[in-house]
Amino acid sequence: MNDATLKTDIAAAHASHGVEAVAVEAVNAAHRRSMFKAREKIHPKRVSGKFRLIKWIVMALTLTVYYGTPWIRWDRGPGAPDQAVLVDFTRERFYFFFIELWPQEIYYITGLLVLAAVALFLFTAVAGRVWCGYACPQTVWTDLFLVVERAVEGNRNERIKLDRAPMSFGKFRKRAVKHVIWLLIALATGGAWVFYWHDAPTLAKQLLDFSAPVSAYVFVGILTAFTYLFGGHAREQVCTYMCPWPRIQAAMMDEETALVTYRRDRGEPRGPHKKGDPWQGRGDCVDCRQCVAACPMGIDIRDGLQLECIQCALCIDACDDIMTKVGRARGLIGYDTDLNIARRQKGEPSQFKFVRARTVAYAVILAVVGSVMLYALATRTDLDLNVIRDRNPTYVALSDGNIRNAYTVKLLNKARLGRSIVVSAEGLPGAVLSGVGLIETEDGRVRVPVDGDNLRSVRVFVTLPRKAMTAESLPLTFRAAPALEGGDVAEVESVFLGPKLLEPKP
Amino acid sequence: MSAGKREIDAATGTEIRSHAWDGIRELDTPLPRWWLWTFLATVVWAVAYWVVMPSWPLVSSYTKGTLGWSQRANVTAEMQGVAESRKPLQERLLAAQLPDIESDQELFEFAQASGRALFKDNCAPCHGSGAQGSLGYPNLNDDDWLWGGALSAIETTITHGVRNEDENSRFSEMPAFVKVGTLTRAQVAELVEYVLALSGQEHNAATAANGAALYTEHCASCHMENGKGDVTQGAPNLTDAIWLHGSSRVALTTTIANARNASMPAWGPRLSKADVRALAVYVHSLGGGEPEPPPATAAGQ
Repeated sequence: MNDATLKTDIAAAHASHGVEAVAVEAVNAAHRRSMFKAREKIHPKRVSGKFRLIKWIVMALTLTVYYGTPWIRWDRGPGAPDQAVLVDFTRERFYFFFIELWPQEIYYITGLLVLAAVALFLFTAVAGRVWCGYACPQTVWTDLFLVVERAVEGNRNERIKLDRAPMSFGKFRKRAVKHVIWLLIALATGGAWVFYWHDAPTLAKQLLDFSAPVSAYVFVGILTAFTYLFGGHAREQVCTYMCPWPRIQAAMMDEETALVTYRRDRGEPRGPHKKGDPWQGRGDCVDCRQCVAACPMGIDIRDGLQLECIQCALCIDACDDIMTKVGRARGLIGYDTDLNIARRQKGEPSQFKFVRARTVAYAVILAVVGSVMLYALATRTDLDLNVIRDRNPTYVALSDGNIRNAYTVKLLNKARLGRSIVVSAEGLPGAVLSGVGLIETEDGRVRVPVDGDNLRSVRVFVTLPRKAMTAESLPLTFRAAPALEGGDVAEVESVFLGPKLLEPKP
Repeated sequence: MSAGKREIDAATGTEIRSHAWDGIRELDTPLPRWWLWTFLATVVWAVAYWVVMPSWPLVSSYTKGTLGWSQRANVTAEMQGVAESRKPLQERLLAAQLPDIESDQELFEFAQASGRALFKDNCAPCHGSGAQGSLGYPNLNDDDWLWGGALSAIETTITHGVRNEDENSRFSEMPAFVKVGTLTRAQVAELVEYVLALSGQEHNAATAANGAALYTEHCASCHMENGKGDVTQGAPNLTDAIWLHGSSRVALTTTIANARNASMPAWGPRLSKADVRALAVYVHSLGGGEPEPPPATAAGQ
């Protein structure tokens, strides 16, 4: 029997089940890896099934959130932007629905990043690279670009044929249409990005009549270029060669992590199966290579877990389809662990241990950081105070012998409306506050009008009678309170310095 | 190894170079294409740069480049832009009534900010970066003023200075009593005790009583009978806790015997009117600023 007849036999076996035989090589499989080889283009075959559906939903959700968020309006009253999510560099504010953050509160962003990182750890510990497979922009946009490619050039086989065909008008037209649509998507992606930094409707108009700031065009350009490059051309190479996460994730997973796994205990020995032949003494894998054809990363899941695998689960859908056709149970490829394979080979039942030290630790960290952030947000005050003591000179002796210290007081009025803030010094009896251009009250405090949603920096003098200087350094507390009753109060501790006290003469 | 025979490495398909070092051989791997193109692009860039940008030094000048780009011109233009942007506020500052400046938040903050920078550039060498002064150089943070602490007085002092060539300079001169022979050392000692008594410091009461008559004769015309001084003559208040040249017996003796008469340059010829006013506002806001005297009194003096 020669090669040709063998191939015909295999094809006939597949055909008997209504399965398409695909001659596909896992171009990025470990045994084919070489440092001296150009990239081989991957033409993932379209699949349908449970995981594809989940991916469509995630894609629709993430893209809607990304493109739509800047257009959500949120009324904050006059004088403030009405965009729900806005990073406003000119006003130095970050708006997120009912939350408004000042640059001083960047730690909320830090907390958010910590939350995102720990959540990523937790998901990875439970089910591997779910982020990579479902939600990563690289995956979502590559998927979107593939939809376009498929719509214009056809499914896998047509695309391969088109690649091999000499350049013709038809090929050129298809290619041109594809790239134009890709560029339009890329442009929309870059365009949506800049809307997070300026009022979206205004900027959209400006972008169209070419009156937008240069930086807007630059960022649209950069993001357009990279979306087109990454989604259309670089694709799986971004994940394999550029992204650091595949290297880090190995530390987040352990032998209990459920991963997209070829259940080799059930599948082997593999081989073509002719309809009507017995299944005894062989595995369920009919070696149709549909899982390889569906893989966007160009690997063969049957080789086991490998660095390139982004756990997108499309091979599960591809295989389930085949299993249904050949009349075997679905799930030859599924979320499973190597540990379970070993258990089943020993005749034990499989089990999943999602609650274990690692996942509990990640969940606890997640809960703690989340609670701290919630607490901070709930107790956030609308008045803040910073005090910087003058260090040059440290103190001033007045003509009547009294001592005066100067402080730069920064009042942060986070309320929407302007109001008068009364600044006082507590814990230093006899201290009198004064300030140039400020309203001085009779009881030794100062009143400072501060605009709404604004910061005002004023110099405040504290004068203390000489006889009250009982030490070289005295503690005092600055207190800022709204002139009208009610509202948050801010306090800051500082010191009051005077001359060195001379030792009493003997 | 014979020359001309090419040896190919099996794993990479790349030629192996003919030499060997202790058995170590080298592949003749070509430069990566992207590297080569980047390198060539930088060469093209360099040549273009020579043409369009100023680049080659000549004997007494340099090649200007076709774009005519000049960092010096850019800086000048930028400085002009800054000056232009400050103009409206500077004009407002000059037009404003002095007592109104500090209640106009925008104007006050502008004057303080420019005044602070000007102070560090021009005044800090003598008065200190925090205007804290030192022995012989007045502290501008306190409430004791030789020539007056109202905005207008400070502005005049900065414009014309003290004891200098400027014809409107603040001027007064305390005699060096011993040097010119008016007083003897013993009389100075009595005066010193009297001055110590004036400011409530530790002193010899008997000697101080002897100094009273000397004070009335020689000092009271400027420092006033009660010792409170006179800002119109720059005569310091001798009853307070602030002493420009020190309040010890030695320091006071030196002051009376030799006189001090420190000077300050006139800044009017060096700084613009708006800058002087900004400086005055800054100094006035340091903590010791006095309110503007009523116009009638000012005219009377």
